[in-house]
Amino acid sequence: MSTDAATHHDDAHHDDVPKGFVHRWLFATNHKDIGTMYLVLALVMFFVGGSMAMVIRAELFEPGLQLVQPYFFNELTTLHGLIMIFGAIMPAFVGLANWQIPLMVGAPDMALPRMNNLSFWLLPFAFLLILSTLFMPGGAVAGGWVMYPPLILQTGESLAFTIFAIHLMGISSIMGAINIIATILNLRAPGMDLLKMPLFVWTWLITAFLLIAIMPVLAGAMTMLLTDKYFGTNFFNAAGGGDVLLYEHIFWFFGHPEVYVMILPAFGIISEVIPTFARKPIFGYKPMVYATASIAFLSFIVWAHHMFTVGLPVGAQLFFMYATMLISVPTGVKVFNWVATMWKGSMTFETPMLFAVAFVILFTIGGFSGLMLGLVPADYQYHNSYFVVAHFHYVLVSGAAFGIMTGVYYWLPKWSGHMYSERWGRIHFWLSVISVNVLFFPMHFLGLAGMPRRIPDYNVAFADWNMVSSIGGFVFGASQLIFVGNIIYTVYFAKSKVPARVWDGARGLEWELPSPPPHHSYSTPPEILPGMLAHGDITH
Amino acid sequence: MSQQAGAYYIPHGSRWPIIAAVGLFTLMWGAAHWLDGIEPEGPILFFLGVAIIIFMKFGWFGEVIRESRSGAYSSQVDLSFRLGMMWFIFSEVMFFGAFFGALFYSRGLQVPWLAGEGHGALTNYYLFRGYTGGWPTAGPDAIGGPFKTVPPWGEPLLNTLLLLSSSVTITIAHHALRDGHRRRMLVFLAATPILGALFLWFQAHEYINAYTHLNLTLHSGIYGATFFLLTGFHGLHVTLGTIMLLVILYRTWRGHFSKEHHFAFEAVAWYWHFVDIVWLALFLFVYIM
Ligand code: HEM
Ligand SMILES: [Cu+2]
Repeated sequence: MSTDAATHHDDAHHDDVPKGFVHRWLFATNHKDIGTMYLVLALVMFFVGGSMAMVIRAELFEPGLQLVQPYFFNELTTLHGLIMIFGAIMPAFVGLANWQIPLMVGAPDMALPRMNNLSFWLLPFAFLLILSTLFMPGGAVAGGWVMYPPLILQTGESLAFTIFAIHLMGISSIMGAINIIATILNLRAPGMDLLKMPLFVWTWLITAFLLIAIMPVLAGAMTMLLTDKYFGTNFFNAAGGGDVLLYEHIFWFFGHPEVYVMILPAFGIISEVIPTFARKPIFGYKPMVYATASIAFLSFIVWAHHMFTVGLPVGAQLFFMYATMLISVPTGVKVFNWVATMWKGSMTFETPMLFAVAFVILFTIGGFSGLMLGLVPADYQYHNSYFVVAHFHYVLVSGAAFGIMTGVYYWLPKWSGHMYSERWGRIHFWLSVISVNVLFFPMHFLGLAGMPRRIPDYNVAFADWNMVSSIGGFVFGASQLIFVGNIIYTVYFAKSKVPARVWDGARGLEWELPSPPPHHSYSTPPEILPGMLAHGDITH
Repeated sequence: MSQQAGAYYIPHGSRWPIIAAVGLFTLMWGAAHWLDGIEPEGPILFFLGVAIIIFMKFGWFGEVIRESRSGAYSSQVDLSFRLGMMWFIFSEVMFFGAFFGALFYSRGLQVPWLAGEGHGALTNYYLFRGYTGGWPTAGPDAIGGPFKTVPPWGEPLLNTLLLLSSSVTITIAHHALRDGHRRRMLVFLAATPILGALFLWFQAHEYINAYTHLNLTLHSGIYGATFFLLTGFHGLHVTLGTIMLLVILYRTWRGHFSKEHHFAFEAVAWYWHFVDIVWLALFLFVYIM
C-alpha cells in the first residue's frame, strides 16, 4: 500500500468539530457526521426489520401455526418490507452518499448542509411513528408493504399514522436527493468534469433524479388512500367510478423506479471496488454511465409488470413485457463490464472484493428470475408466489445489501483511519454468502411448486424446503452480528493505522485525503493532479 | 463572516432543522390522532406542530437572511439554492402529476370500462348493468347523488385571468427590480399577492357554491374526488405562494434585494409561475374539457 498521502491540502483545515452531543449531532451540518448518523440508523433498522424476518422464518419453519397469530404474521411481513426498504437500504445508501460524494468530487461538504440535517432527523421520527402502530388498537398495517386498497382501508387507527410516516420518509428522501444533485452539479472541484466523475457519483446523480420524480407520486397515492379512508372520496371504489387498479398503477409508477433507487447506488459501489482490486480501470466507463441512464429512463415504463394478472388489456401486457425485456440490455452491459474489468486483472480478494464478486453473481441470478417474471404467460404462474419472494431477495439482499456491505468494508478504513479485521470480514462473508443462498434459493422451488407468499401456514408438501430456508435465515441473521462486531472493533478498538490510499489499486480524490479525512474535507477546491482520477485523467 | 475568494462557504451548525423535524412530526402525529377521532389530543398536537413550524420558519429564514445580507454567500451558494428550488418545483410537478394521472386514467380508461367498453363488457353486464359512463360521473352507484359541475366560463375564467395577470405583474416587478425602479417594483409586487388573494376568494366562493347549490362534494364519486383534490391542492399552493409573496414584498420594502442579488425574489417568482401553469392545466382538463 502506498503511503504517498497528498498532504498538501491538509494544512488549511479548521478542524472545528462541534463540542458536545447536542451541537455535534442534533445541530449537525457536517456531511461526515450526518452520513454516520444515516449509516447507524440504517444498521439499527436492518436489525429491527431483521428480527421481524427471524420471527417470520421461525413461524414458517414447520407447517401449522406455532408462534404467532396470523394477523400478527401479516403485520410482520408488512413492516419488515417497509422498514427494510425505507429504513435500512435507502438510508444506508444516503449515508454512503453523504460520506463519499463530497470526498469524491472535491467538495467541502454537501451543498445544503442544514437541509441535510433535516433530511436525516425526519427519519427517526418517521420510524417512531410507524413502529408505534404495532401497539395501537387494531394493530399495524397488515396488507403488505404495497398497501393495496381495498384491503388496506380496513386497517384500524394505524393507517393514518403509517401514511404520515411514509410522508415523512418521502420528504426526507426528496430533500436528500435535492441535496445530492446540488452537490454533484455545483460543488465539483475544477477539472472534475461530469464524464470524469467516479461511477458511484454518477449512479447517485441518476438515483437522486429518480427519487425526486417518484417520491411525490407515492405521496399522491398515499394521500388518495387517506382521503378514501377518512374523507369519503372514491378514488379506489368502482361503485363511485373509481378503481382499485388506479392505486396499483400509481403505486408501481413509484414502485418500479424505487427498486432501481435501491440498486443503482450499489452498481456504483461495485464499479468502484472491482477496478481497485482487479488493478485495472473499469472496462467501458462511458457505457456504464449510459447504461445507468437508460436503466433509469426505462424504469418509468415497465411498472405494469407487477400487474400482469390483474386483467389489463392484452396490448398493455405485451407493451410492458417488451419494455421489461428491454431493461435487461443495459443491465447486461453492466454485468459484462464488471466481468471484463476482472478479466486478466491482477486480482486480490479482500473482503470488499469478495462481496463485490458475490454481488455480480447473485444479482445476476436475481436478474434472471426477474426476466422469467417479466414474461407475461410465465408470470401468470409465478405471480404472488414464493418465486417472486426469491427474486426480489436475490436482488435486494445479495444485491443491494451486499452492495452496502461492500461499500462499508471498502470505505470504513478511510472513514475511521483503522483497518477492519480481515479475518472476521472473511468469516462474515463466507457465512453470509452461503446462508443467503440456503435461505433464498429454495424459495424458487417453493414458488414454482405453488406456495403463495404472505401466509403463516402452508401445505405439508412445502415442509422440507421451508425448513431448509429457515435454517439459512437463522444463520444469515446471526452472521450479521459479526458485521456489527467488526465495525465496532474497527472504530473503537483497532490499533493499526491505515495510509491515505488504503488499497493500493484505488484511484480517486477520496484516497488523496488522509485517513480519517479532516472534519471539513476541503476548505478550498483541491487541485486535481495527473494520476489522481480513476478515469478521464486530467492529462488527456 | 465574509469569505475569502475561492474558498468554500461552510455554514455553521444550526438548531432550526431539528426544530423543523420535531414540528413536522408533532403536526403529523396530531393529524393522525385527529383523523382517528382521538380528541382533544389530536387537534392540540396538530396546532402545536403548526406553531412550531411557523416559529421555525421565522428562525431559519431569519438566520439565512441575516447571513445573506452580511455577504456570507458566494455565487456558488447562490447556485446551490437555485438548484434546490428548481428541483423542489420539479418534485411538486410530479406530485400534481399523480392526481392528473388519476384524472386521465379514470376518465379515459376506467369509466369507459365500467360502462362496458372493451374488456369491461362482462363487468358491466354482471355488476353495473345499465351504467353508461360518460363524464362527469359519480360512478355506477351515483355515489353522492346527482350533481352539476362548475361552469368554466364564470368564476374559473375570472380566476384564470387573475392568475395570468399576477404572473405578468410579478414579471414586471422583477424587471423593475433589475432596472432599479423601486416604486414600480413595489407597486407591481404588491399587486401580485392581492391578485392571489382575490383568486382564493373566488375559489372559496366556488366551493361554497358547489356544496350548497350544485351538490358537487368530495363524495361525488370519482369526479368529486379528482375535482376537489386537484383544485384543493392547487389552492393550497396559491395560499403558500401568496404568503411567500407577502414575505418578499416586506423584504423588498425593507430594501433587502439588490439588482444583482435577489435569489429569494426569483425563487418566489418561479414558484408563482409554476402555480400559474398548474392552474392553466386545471382550467383546461378539469373545467373546460
Ligand atoms: C433485471 C431486471 C428485473 C426484472 C426483469 C424484474 C422483473 C420483475 C417482475 C416481473 C416482478 C413482478 C413479479 C410478480 O409480482 O409477479 C418483480 C418483482 C419485484 N422486483 Fe424485480 N425485476 C428486475 C430487477 C429488480 C431489481 C434490481 C430489484 C431491486 C433491487 C427488484 C425488486 C423487485 C421487488 C421488490 C419485487 C416485488 C414487489 C412486490 O410485489 O412486493 N427487481 N420484478
Ligand atoms: Cu418492477
